[in-house]
Amino acid sequence: MAKRIGMEVAVAVAEAVGQCDIDMAAVYPITPQSHIAEHLSDLVADGKINAEFVTVESEHSAMSAVIGASGTGARVYTATSSQGLMLMHELLPIASGMRLPIVMGIANRAVSGPLNILNDHSDIMPQRDSGWISLFAENGQEAIDLSIQAFKIAEHKDVQLPVCVNIDGFQLTHMVEPLEFPDQELVNKFLPTRVPYATLHPAKPVTMGAFSMSDYFTEIMKAKDEALKNSKKVILEVWDEWAKMFGRSYKPVETYKAEDADILMLTMGSMGETAEMAIDGLRAKGVKAGLIKLRLWRPFPFAEIKAVVKNAKKLIVTDRAVSFGGPGGPVFSEIKSALYAEIQRPAIYNYIIGLGGRDVTVPDFVHMFEKVIADKANKAVDTYEFWGVRE
Amino acid sequence: MNIVENFDLYAPRLINKKELLSAGHRACQGCGEVLGVRLMCKALGENTVIASATGCMEIVTSMFPTTAWEVPWIHVAFENAAAVASGVEAGLKGLRKKGKIDDRYIKVVGMAGDGGTMDIGMQALSGAMERGHDMLFVCFDNEAYMNTGIQRSSGTPMGASTTTAPAGKVSSGQKTWKKNMAEIIVAHGVPYVATACPSYPLDFIRKVEKAKSIKGPSYIHCFTVCPTGWRCGSHLAIAMGRLAVESGVFPLYEVENGKYKVSSEMPKKLKPVKDYFKAQGRFRHLGEAEIQKIQKKVENEYQKILDKAKYLKAWD
Ligand SMILES: Cc1ncc(C[n+]2csc(CCOP(=O)(O)OP(=O)(O)O)c2C)c(N)n1
Ligand code: SF4
Ligand SMILES: [Mg+2]
Repeated sequence: MAKRIGMEVAVAVAEAVGQCDIDMAAVYPITPQSHIAEHLSDLVADGKINAEFVTVESEHSAMSAVIGASGTGARVYTATSSQGLMLMHELLPIASGMRLPIVMGIANRAVSGPLNILNDHSDIMPQRDSGWISLFAENGQEAIDLSIQAFKIAEHKDVQLPVCVNIDGFQLTHMVEPLEFPDQELVNKFLPTRVPYATLHPAKPVTMGAFSMSDYFTEIMKAKDEALKNSKKVILEVWDEWAKMFGRSYKPVETYKAEDADILMLTMGSMGETAEMAIDGLRAKGVKAGLIKLRLWRPFPFAEIKAVVKNAKKLIVTDRAVSFGGPGGPVFSEIKSALYAEIQRPAIYNYIIGLGGRDVTVPDFVHMFEKVIADKANKAVDTYEFWGVRE
Repeated sequence: MNIVENFDLYAPRLINKKELLSAGHRACQGCGEVLGVRLMCKALGENTVIASATGCMEIVTSMFPTTAWEVPWIHVAFENAAAVASGVEAGLKGLRKKGKIDDRYIKVVGMAGDGGTMDIGMQALSGAMERGHDMLFVCFDNEAYMNTGIQRSSGTPMGASTTTAPAGKVSSGQKTWKKNMAEIIVAHGVPYVATACPSYPLDFIRKVEKAKSIKGPSYIHCFTVCPTGWRCGSHLAIAMGRLAVESGVFPLYEVENGKYKVSSEMPKKLKPVKDYFKAQGRFRHLGEAEIQKIQKKVENEYQKILDKAKYLKAWD
């Protein structure tokens, strides 16, 4: 039987990946991902994972190497963060364009300028349009579960796309939590050996990564878009199967006390649990507050978002990144465009919070709700504010 | 003896008849680089996987939905052929040891132009060579970024005019000496490093075969004439390659476990570099003084190789 053990989340993610019969991993260390890299190395060194571990000289080469290995039909893993993810950027749309299953853990961290090693989402947001399936974990258990599920989703014959699992740096990666690891036998059953579509092998030579001009390029882009959209069906099936086998259920959009809420907040990642405490406090005072937690960032769950916000009067979208000179945070603009054509939709507010590891406390969340409730004339609707900034 | 002079006699027996890079690719007429790639494939045979960098050879061979490749081939980006090849090698190894693929030996080969090797691809190549992957990397050096319009690289020779280091009223083209890439790879402790040129097909093929037999990293720096970029006649690719070798501009040698060996193709007495420069538009602006400066450097560099061949011993 699966049992609960206390473990640091980054180490646990490596353990979970170790349960997935990976054939190859290429990882370059960066804070706060390093413990994933180190623990994976330990597992390989101790013979607990039978995989090739390539100690590449950069994240650019890490991504290049897993692309090459995935091309051979191998099950591959990498993990990175912040500057490392930015260095990989060039290769991300190539990986998805080549329809290669790859799983990448991202210990989300602020992007430099100035250098900062703490958590926000400015590393993943610039990768939004790279054609990767993008999942967000809220706690350690989810980080483990999503990491295992990611292989099944990525390798599914109707998907064949890379998947990234976002795990807030430090806030999640460095927490010690009681975690439940699935039984190895069940994982083997859940995740059979990869069946690749085509492989780099002389038995049947193929050309991968061909050159394409205007005559085919649009069609290839459309095919990639369709593949990403269609992956949602598979993601839902995989989560169904997971719930049946392991008893924990996953949805593209999770909610907390949202059904009858007048005012909703939306979070992504580890801040959900803090926001829930704020909502409990507000509910105790008679405020009908609720929470939406976005787990699936790409493909974007339009229908689910529309359904959960339908009856709310106000919606506070929190962002952990800035779109400089743009319309507000990246999540905010996504939600706004998702709801634009809805006849019945809430007034939407945007707070940019927790940049570069800045603490956001329960009273902060309570204060955000109070501020939005006080805006009776909806003056601050469709604007954004840097929460807690010192002017 | 110059074996090339007996090419007609030997070729039918010595060269793999099977074409693994098929006709119909889009390289310019008389391209020396695509000839090099074709000969390399013949020497490698079918049990090969190639990871190619962006560049002329990638563009001319892989126009979707067609392909000239009869061996498994992957292209990802410009600067990462060696890293992709590292991944291919590791992936095949991982699958083979678990019995997920058949047990045959597959040679993994990375290939790039001078830009994709010596400039933007240098880090990935250094990493791959240092890690000791079982991989051959071949640099097809045509001495500039040809794919993007003849811009200079660190492989462009002193004095050559390119579109980003053009000869002008106050400039005589490239202001720097060519980077010595083969030596940089030797410094990585790689067991087999060689220079080659498709103007000497049998020598090149033999070197590829040798590299293929090494279970570990190996590197071949292949000098390939680009008539388009060098502004010479498209019938001159073979002749230019031979003049580069005969003048000592591009000496042919190999380094096995640190032991240098000058290839038998090298003449006893070098021809003047002027003979090599003459037919090429990229050197046309050079005056006598500049040519003499280059002549001296070429002689010095060649002497260094002769000295190494004479004095240096193998590592083991
Ligand atoms: C990151 C990146 N920078 C620049 C380019 C543009 N580019 C494509 S091929 C090339 C030059 C290739 O030169 P080389 O490697 O010498 O190969 P050749 O075409 O001469 O065979 C350049 C600059 C690119 N594709 N990617
Ligand atoms: S530009 Fe030069 S290297 Fe490129 S295909 Fe033409 S001749 Fe060959
Ligand atoms: Mg070149």
